[in-house]
Amino acid sequence: MANETRKFLPSWRTIDSAGTVAVPGSSEKFLTGDWRTERPVWKAEACRHCALCVPACPDSSIPFGADQRRGGFDLDHCKGCGVCAAVCPFGAISMIPEGGLK
Amino acid sequence: MNNALEVRWHGRGGQGAKTAALLLAELAYEAGRKAQGFPEYGPERMGAPITAYTRVSDAAIRTHSNVYEPDLVAVLDETLLGTVDVTRGLKDGGRVVVNTPSTSAQAALLLGLPESRVVAVDASGIAKGELGKPIPNVPLLAAVVRASGLLPRDEFLAALREAAAHKFASKPGVVDANVRAAERAYEEAVHGE
Amino acid sequence: MSGRTALLSGNEATAIAMRQARPDVFAAFPITPSTEIPQYFSKFVADGETPAVFVPVESEHSSMSACIGAAASGARSFTATSANGLALMWEELYIAASLRLPVVMACVNRALSGPININNDHSDSMGARDSGWIQLYSENAQEAYDQFFIALKTAESVGLPAMTCQDGFITSHAVEPVELLEDGKAAGYCGTWKPGRTLLSGPVSMGPYDGAEFYMEHKRQQSDAVSQAFEAHARAVREYGALSGRLLDPVEEYRLDDAEYAFVLIGSSAGTGKDAVDRLRERGHRVGLLKIRLFRPFPAEAIARALSGRRAVAVMDKCDGFSGSGGPLAAEVAGALYGTPAAERPELRPFVYGLGGRDVWVEEFFGIYESLRNPWAADAGRVEYRGVREEAPV
Repeated sequence: MANETRKFLPSWRTIDSAGTVAVPGSSEKFLTGDWRTERPVWKAEACRHCALCVPACPDSSIPFGADQRRGGFDLDHCKGCGVCAAVCPFGAISMIPEGGLK
Repeated sequence: MNNALEVRWHGRGGQGAKTAALLLAELAYEAGRKAQGFPEYGPERMGAPITAYTRVSDAAIRTHSNVYEPDLVAVLDETLLGTVDVTRGLKDGGRVVVNTPSTSAQAALLLGLPESRVVAVDASGIAKGELGKPIPNVPLLAAVVRASGLLPRDEFLAALREAAAHKFASKPGVVDANVRAAERAYEEAVHGE
Repeated sequence: MSGRTALLSGNEATAIAMRQARPDVFAAFPITPSTEIPQYFSKFVADGETPAVFVPVESEHSSMSACIGAAASGARSFTATSANGLALMWEELYIAASLRLPVVMACVNRALSGPININNDHSDSMGARDSGWIQLYSENAQEAYDQFFIALKTAESVGLPAMTCQDGFITSHAVEPVELLEDGKAAGYCGTWKPGRTLLSGPVSMGPYDGAEFYMEHKRQQSDAVSQAFEAHARAVREYGALSGRLLDPVEEYRLDDAEYAFVLIGSSAGTGKDAVDRLRERGHRVGLLKIRLFRPFPAEAIARALSGRRAVAVMDKCDGFSGSGGPLAAEVAGALYGTPAAERPELRPFVYGLGGRDVWVEEFFGIYESLRNPWAADAGRVEYRGVREEAPV
């Protein structure tokens, strides 16, 4: 019985010493997008690129380029909290339920 | 354990999986059974997959471990079906109750189980309709109670009303809405054939 | 509130016991998984259900300091904490004990850092075992509730602080049936504390410098109080048993009568172990379990009596002592058995299990039992780790 996933995890002999994470930026590899129950949708035509949403995002999931314009969301990391939709003064972001059984 | 029922709950932080697990224990306990309800512990984060458990028995419950061979699995969020192995350890003949607007046939296909072992109920839809918020735990609890045969319908609704009245003493409207949501889910929670 | 039975978490049951024990002061800083205890208690205060003063502080160093100050003034003083919070109280733990102040603490066991972890093991309170505090460990929410009263009674009758310990999350956050005392009965059992000299009884100085000429006498005095705690605890248990019908002796023997093999452990896994014993017994195996409730002072005689004559015993620590030979429970049990005649002395095998919340289920006990029945592999080392991912060295 036991926990079947255990055998795919490193043993005490091979696991990183003291849990030290030796690779920088590793949190980017931890995809939190599947935590979402609601997904933000960006309406380009309503967006004035004011960037108010950008610092409001707790997960740095709203890319804002050197061209001072925003694009879509980083849906690999967005947790669907909806803060961006709440702070947008122009109604350019709406939250829709994540898709269910596909 | 005598006449035991072990339930594993899968949900996401914020959907009320822990509350449902504890509430099921409380309903069973108030009905004269022994019960234990607990979450699997970790940092609690909105949206992260979480697990909770309920044990019910006629005998005192002494074991303090997670449930590895559940009689019933309750899934509060259908998006978990793609990422979490919800049927792991499910007992032969055990059932899965899923919150989904899809049919039990569709859910069964995804779970790789015969339709007779899957109960699909649109708990979020019912919650949105009755409570105005898509918090699926109380309607899904109703489906679990029906699938497990733990309590007859009227006894369940009365016990739920009492438990909710205690919790929402200052908001009688919330009590009514929860009981309505549970009633609807109980009616709609029919497993496939 | 009267003698009702309710489905409660270990934390809520403990907070209710604390209210019923009628403290004057409750000082705390929140830390997972004990946070709910001060949370419930502060609600009792806000709702007027207790006249106690709730002192919110900025750290556990301060919560224990506040309890010491309050107890030194003659106030019945409680706190609750876990892991790193307990560690931050370290200096004050010793001061409370050496000032002979019966502060009572609910410790909700959690792994003490490195790497950071919020789940259960006993590394926090085990580190504090030699600080002069009485320690009681609970298997479930009912025991956590009951033993709080027993701890208080023992502490106040010998003038030593006491901590009750329960397993973080496993019992602190699980709801289970708990039978509560009526408020009046609980208050009657706890009585009122009659302190000796206090800060309010006249001009006194507490905790002055103690030179080499005096220090050892004071330590000997403290040790004498610890010895008296056995009898005080036994009395507290008897009285509590008469009141509640529940007898919480220093150790609990489970199906040990004719057992050749035994599990020895503390805390919530003892319940899981009892279910394992039942299933092994069904298959004809002569195995039993010894649960230790009172860890400080250590009931060595009762343990030696219960274990002598067994073939082999597995002493299970939810804490590594990093001694190279298992955890503190194994060392203490080995010490307790040393005076047993060689022919009666069981083989003792130390096990370390359940660290940082690693789950322990009935089957884990079957594995330990199998290991116990077989000769010890020469390369096994002095301690066996259970539930850890192993593989052959590359």
